[in-house]
Amino acid sequence: MTNSPASHAAQALVETKVSEFRKKLRPWLKPKIIMGGSLVFLLVFMGVLAPVLSPFDPNLQNLSNTLKAPQWWGGDHFLGTDHVGRDILSRIFYGARISLVIAGTVVVISGVIGVGLGAISGYFAGRTDFFIQKLVEVVWAFPPLLLAIAVLAFFGQGLWILIAALVAQRWIPYCRVSRGQALSLRTRDFVDAARSLGARDTRIIIKHILPNLMQAAMVIGTFAMATAIISEASLSFLGLGVPPEIPTWGSMLADGRAYISTSWWLALFPGLCIFFTVLGINLLGDGMRDIFDPRLKRSGSGVG
Amino acid sequence: MFSYIVRRMIGTLPVMLLISLLVFMLVQAAPGDPADILLSDEASKEDIEEARQRWGLDQPVYVQYWRFLVAALQGDLGMSFRYADPVLLLIVERLPATIELAVFSILIAIVVALPLGVWAGARPNSWADNLGSIVGFFGISMPNFWFGIMLILVVSGVFNLLPSAGRETYGIPGDPITGFYILDSIIQRNWTAVWDGLKYIILPATALGTNMMGIMMRVTRSSVLEVMHEDYVTTARAKGVKESRVLWHHAVRNALIPIITVVGLELGTLLSGSIIVETVFSWPGGGSLLITAITARDYPLITGTVLTYTFAFVMINFIIDILYGLIDPRIRFDK
Repeated sequence: MTNSPASHAAQALVETKVSEFRKKLRPWLKPKIIMGGSLVFLLVFMGVLAPVLSPFDPNLQNLSNTLKAPQWWGGDHFLGTDHVGRDILSRIFYGARISLVIAGTVVVISGVIGVGLGAISGYFAGRTDFFIQKLVEVVWAFPPLLLAIAVLAFFGQGLWILIAALVAQRWIPYCRVSRGQALSLRTRDFVDAARSLGARDTRIIIKHILPNLMQAAMVIGTFAMATAIISEASLSFLGLGVPPEIPTWGSMLADGRAYISTSWWLALFPGLCIFFTVLGINLLGDGMRDIFDPRLKRSGSGVG
Repeated sequence: MFSYIVRRMIGTLPVMLLISLLVFMLVQAAPGDPADILLSDEASKEDIEEARQRWGLDQPVYVQYWRFLVAALQGDLGMSFRYADPVLLLIVERLPATIELAVFSILIAIVVALPLGVWAGARPNSWADNLGSIVGFFGISMPNFWFGIMLILVVSGVFNLLPSAGRETYGIPGDPITGFYILDSIIQRNWTAVWDGLKYIILPATALGTNMMGIMMRVTRSSVLEVMHEDYVTTARAKGVKESRVLWHHAVRNALIPIITVVGLELGTLLSGSIIVETVFSWPGGGSLLITAITARDYPLITGTVLTYTFAFVMINFIIDILYGLIDPRIRFDK
């Protein structure tokens, strides 16, 4: 390396950049976020690579090889087989995929509905706000999960019905927080400025209000993901979730409950997966909330 | 105070009305003819036609809703197909079991979370605090139904200590008075039955209370932590009051208010959690009734249970609001 002043300056610039980057990175290097992140990464890894990782077809039955205990490295079925001889490890990988797809879809749809309605409610205030808030109040009056159970009871099983049932109440935390923020944003100078330049309401909401709601929505979304995974598993456990040919952790647990006195491995492994997934997401969400905004405490949890 | 309660009570009426409308719309929007849905699968064409007239399904929708509402207000939620009994009666019979389970879950949550939370909050960053935060995360992330299954596996299966299903050993409890077995047995001084009831309730209540325990533990910790920095705590210490007395008399007392809020906020989750936990433990409450009704496609019973649970939830929230105001004098009623 030469010693010219230019290269010194460049080096100094790089160093400041690096230290700035370190500064930005530092809050993310907490045990909570690292642990949570690793668990979530593991889930995504399992879900995405399920077809590659799985030693068997998750629905392949083998009635001559049922209820085999985990064989670990000593046999074909690492975590054993269930009551119709399906490989538990493969079903767990595919279960990760289903959990991820359903919970992800639910969180995104809830977020779009919740943030959208919240922004409209808070921005227009007045009568619009009144009606949207009445809707929020009524939907929120149902005990969590009960509305989802009712929807599934009347509309039957199916992937989209399940997603709709899980969205039914999950958009509300987004809506509440977004509305509160939009209410205060609408009186801010930059909104007035945009309006005096002739911007329409739609443009103001999209360009100036929505971007300011994103950070809070992300934190809420993280916790909503955790509750969506538990709710999906609960509903599948009750036999109300996706059709039985799709392997899910919840329906595996329902089988496990039936064979609990003889075959512990049926119930242990899928449950551990749900637990660690939800734990990972909660840790990650908690860490994110500490960084973004400590005032958001609890706004995202509490939905069953 | 009294006028506040009345005003709040009137305030819940439109919400209840809208809830009933929403549930009614859900039945209406369900695929298929309501007569098909509301009758069992074996009904003939004539039966269906007759039922349509009897239930007024040939009337316009708003007339139907009005009838549904008037009947519901008179306590008529229809007849169950499966049990051939009035829906309301079936639900009322099952409710004490659910309430008993919920009360014990809350008790278990408090017994674990309160001391641990106070301990963790009084000594931040100590090993007690770390233990507390592990318990907290464990509690909020635990799927209660899986925890229930694991409790059955270990406590009932491996060690054979407690029963894994049901509510009482047949023949041990006396005649019901209130429907709350443990309370009834205490009234009757039937201690064998009290012990019997406790044995059955411990596992499901532990499974159900875990989530609330986790949240309560975290809230207790942070509110004790906050209170320990208040001026009156410093004053008490400066006066030479013993540290344990400072903690239990000044800090904990003020940390109790957020705990009541947590119980209030989490009751809904507890209520819906009980639906699943009751199914896991074959606990004969309203939740397992709902699941049986769904499996049997017993639509009047489903509608009735959903309505009853939601109304109960609205009433509980209302009562908690009032209680909260009574406990915390800073909340003023004369707005």
